[in-house]
Amino acid sequence: MKISKDEVEKIAHLARLDIDDSVKEMLSGQLSHILDYIDKLKDVDVEGVTPSHGSAFLNNVLREDILGVSPGPDVTLANAPERDEDFYMVPRIVK
Amino acid sequence: MDLHTLTMAQAQDLLSRGEICSVELTQALLDRIDLYDDRIGAFITVDKSCALAQAKAADERIAKGDNAPFTGIPIALKDLLCTKGIKTTCGSKILGDFVPQYDATVVAKLKKDNAVVLGKTNLDEFGMGSSTENSAFKITRNPWSEDHVPGGSSGGSAAAVAAQFCCGALGTDTGGSIRQPASHCGVVGLKPTYGRVSRFGLVSYASSLDQIGPITRDVRDAAMMMNLICSHDPKDSTSAGVQVPDFTKALKENQSLEGMKAGIPREYLEVEGIDPGVRSIFEQARKVLENLGVEIVEISLPHTQYAVAAYYILAPCEASSNLARFDGVRYGARDSDSQDLLEMYKKTRSQGFGPEVQRRIIIGTYALSAGYYDAYYGRASQVRTLITKDFSKAFDQCDFILSPVAPTPAFKIGENTKDPLTMYLSDIFTLSANMAGIPGLCVPAGFSPKGLPVGIQMMAKRFDEMSLLRAGFGFERALDLKTSFPVL
Repeated sequence: MKISKDEVEKIAHLARLDIDDSVKEMLSGQLSHILDYIDKLKDVDVEGVTPSHGSAFLNNVLREDILGVSPGPDVTLANAPERDEDFYMVPRIVK
Repeated sequence: MDLHTLTMAQAQDLLSRGEICSVELTQALLDRIDLYDDRIGAFITVDKSCALAQAKAADERIAKGDNAPFTGIPIALKDLLCTKGIKTTCGSKILGDFVPQYDATVVAKLKKDNAVVLGKTNLDEFGMGSSTENSAFKITRNPWSEDHVPGGSSGGSAAAVAAQFCCGALGTDTGGSIRQPASHCGVVGLKPTYGRVSRFGLVSYASSLDQIGPITRDVRDAAMMMNLICSHDPKDSTSAGVQVPDFTKALKENQSLEGMKAGIPREYLEVEGIDPGVRSIFEQARKVLENLGVEIVEISLPHTQYAVAAYYILAPCEASSNLARFDGVRYGARDSDSQDLLEMYKKTRSQGFGPEVQRRIIIGTYALSAGYYDAYYGRASQVRTLITKDFSKAFDQCDFILSPVAPTPAFKIGENTKDPLTMYLSDIFTLSANMAGIPGLCVPAGFSPKGLPVGIQMMAKRFDEMSLLRAGFGFERALDLKTSFPVL
C-alpha cells in the first residue's frame, strides 16, 4: 500500500498536525512500509468472527446518581494555557 | 548496611522493627540518585523535599504503631501516572509543565499506605516505544551497560530498580512496556490482568490495552505491590469487581511446582531473529522448571504471525483518538502566535508531540478514516478475537505459557531508531497478552554472552496472577542468580 505525500498531508490535517514538507516525504515512505506489513491481515479468514474492542467483557457500568463535591473552577482551570476568570480563552473562531 | 540494596519486603521488615528509619533509607537512595543518575537518566523529576517529608511522616506513623505494609518504603513512579502537585510530563513536550490536580488511584493507594514517592521516571513519550529513546527530555541508559537501551516504554522505572535508586517502582504496559524493560534490566515486571488495577489517573495511550503494574527486585516484592494496587475502582469503569487474593500466599519457600503444566507455543520458537543467547537462556529456564516438577507441553497459538500487525493498527487507532485531547485549550503547552483556532491546534500539536507519537497518530487516523475502517480497524479487531481464542484453547492444556520476553537482549542506543517497523517487531512475545487481557510476568533468567540480562515470560489466564507468582517465585529461588545487580 503506497501512501503518497498528498495523502499524508490530508491525514495530517484530519489529525490536526502541521507537518513539514521534508518530514512528509519520510512519513510517506515509513507509512507505506508499515502498511505493507499490516496488509498480511488480509490473509486471515475472519468470516463471521465477532470483533473484540477490549478485554473487560463488561456491560454498561451504572452507578447511583449521588451528589459529589466539585473541585471548583480554580482547580479545574489550574492548567489552562490562557484563562479569563472562570473561562478558557482560545484564539478567535468567528471572524 | 547498604540501604540501597534492600528489597521492599526487607525494608518493610527493618522499618517495622525499628532497625532503620525511613528518613535514612530515603536519604540513602536520594544520595545514590545524586551520584549516578546523571549517567543513567532514570528520572525526569526527583522531589527531594517532598520525599523526605513523606519519610519523616512515615517514621512518625511507625513510632505510633501504624504498620501499613508500605509505610516508609521509597517508590519510583513512571511519569505517565498523575501525581498531585508533582509535574507529570508523560515524556512529552506538550505536558512539559503539567502539574496534575489529583492523584492516580494507584498513587493515592501508595500514599494512603504511607509510601514515599521519590520521583517520576523516564519513558517513551506517552508510552509509545520499546527503548525509552522517544522521550522528549532525555535518554535512559541501561545500568548493566551504559551504551545499551534499558528497553521501554517503562525504561526509567526498570533502570531505577536495577540501579538501586528505589526499593520498587510502578510502570505501565500497553504491549510489553513493563515486561520488556524488566527483562533488559534484569528485574521482575508484572503486567496484571486487564481490569485488575484501576487506570484512573494513568494518562491514556490505548485504553483497551493499558495496564499498570509493578517493577521490582524480586517476585516477592511484585506480589506485595499487587496486594496494594489491585482493586475495583468506581472511577474506572473497566476495573473488575473481582475478589483480590493475598498474592504473597503464592510464595512458599522450597515449594515444588509438581502438577503444574507449562505450555511452550511452537510458533514462538519459529519467530525469526531470536538471538542464540536468548534461546539458550530460555532452554536453561525450561530445564530449571522441569527440575521443579513442571510438566512442559507443546501448545499452539496459530495466529501469532498476525499479532504485531493487528496490534499496530489497534494501538495507534486508540492513540489517535485519546491524544486528540491535547489541543492547547485546557492544559498543556499552547502555540501562542497562532491567529485562529485551527492553526493553534495544528501548531500546538506538531510542536508538542515527538516523531513517534505523530507517526502513530497518523497511522491511527488513516486506519480509522472513511473507506479504510473495515479493512484496518475492523479486521484487526476480529484478529484480536482470534488471538484471544488461541489463548483460551491453550489454557485448556496448561497452567501457564512459557516464552522469551523479547527476541534479543537490550540493543545499543540508536541502533533501531531508523526503521520503526523493526522496533515494532521486537514486541512479538509481549503484545498478545495485552490484546487478550491476560497477565504476564517477566523474571530474570540469566545473562547474554555480553553480560546483558535476559528474562523469561510466563503468561496465565485472566485473573490467575497467583499461578504466575507461584511459578515465578519457585523459578527465581531455584535459579538463584548470584550477580543480580550491576556495579555502577
